[in-house]
Amino acid sequence: MGRMKFLCDAERCIECNGCVTACKNEHEVPWGVNRRRVVTMNDGVPGERSISVACMHCSDAPCMAVCPTDCFYKTEDGVVLHDKDQCIGCGYCFFACPFGAPQFPNGPSAFGARGKMDKCTFCAGGPEETGSEAEYEKYGSNRLAEGKLPLCAEMCSTKALLAGDASVVADIFRERVLRRGGGAEAWGWQTAYGGGEQRRERKQDREGQK
Amino acid sequence: MSMPVSKRIVTAAFAAALVGGLGACGEKSQVAVYEQGTYQGKADTAAWDGPAFKGDRAAWEAALKNRARGQNEYNRTE
Repeated sequence: MGRMKFLCDAERCIECNGCVTACKNEHEVPWGVNRRRVVTMNDGVPGERSISVACMHCSDAPCMAVCPTDCFYKTEDGVVLHDKDQCIGCGYCFFACPFGAPQFPNGPSAFGARGKMDKCTFCAGGPEETGSEAEYEKYGSNRLAEGKLPLCAEMCSTKALLAGDASVVADIFRERVLRRGGGAEAWGWQTAYGGGEQRRERKQDREGQK
Repeated sequence: MSMPVSKRIVTAAFAAALVGGLGACGEKSQVAVYEQGTYQGKADTAAWDGPAFKGDRAAWEAALKNRARGQNEYNRTE
């Protein structure tokens, strides 16, 4: 087994927020904390694109590097987890993370008042007895130990959000892209974020509004 | 034969300035070296060590792979 990864297909995501809701419900995530959220680019403009973002379980995770209490660890299957008993809520991981994955129950307050960091666990629980009440209370449910994938991906209605072993996820996405056709245009920035025409249209709209 | 006090003071001041000045010329690496810390928290068990798979890693991997492949709707429709 290699590495557990998420992949969000921007061509399929319809911004339904089903993944966000599924995550919140499955783990009973407290108010103000979103382990997952949907980000939309060019919202309201024809050709807008959405992606669902959470912890990307980086291979070389910056949160792990900056943590002053070294409360992060990586499981054998590549999931980045942390020990909440060790966390001091300093917020360094939040500044280091390029995806804004670390969340704090008391919001952007001062050092020590933020509370312990909470983030996506890839539905793999944390360093407590598997399936125990303590594990659920601190980290949410441990679906991975039950042989299941993260609920956000399993609930995705358009199967935009894929989760699992990186090689399997890559195979699914590769097949999908090949079936979509379009050669080189099926990949990359232009497909995901729109071409030059859209930017020109937006610029014209903005200038027209002035 | 001893040096007059004022001359001694001047010599000492000159020597101190020389040491200070040359010390500033010394080259010291100013690049901080960061070392990855080691995990300090509690130990965790592997996903396959839970009650569902009881340490059978191969069965767990197969179950997860099967589940991941199920995300490909082409596998289900064709």
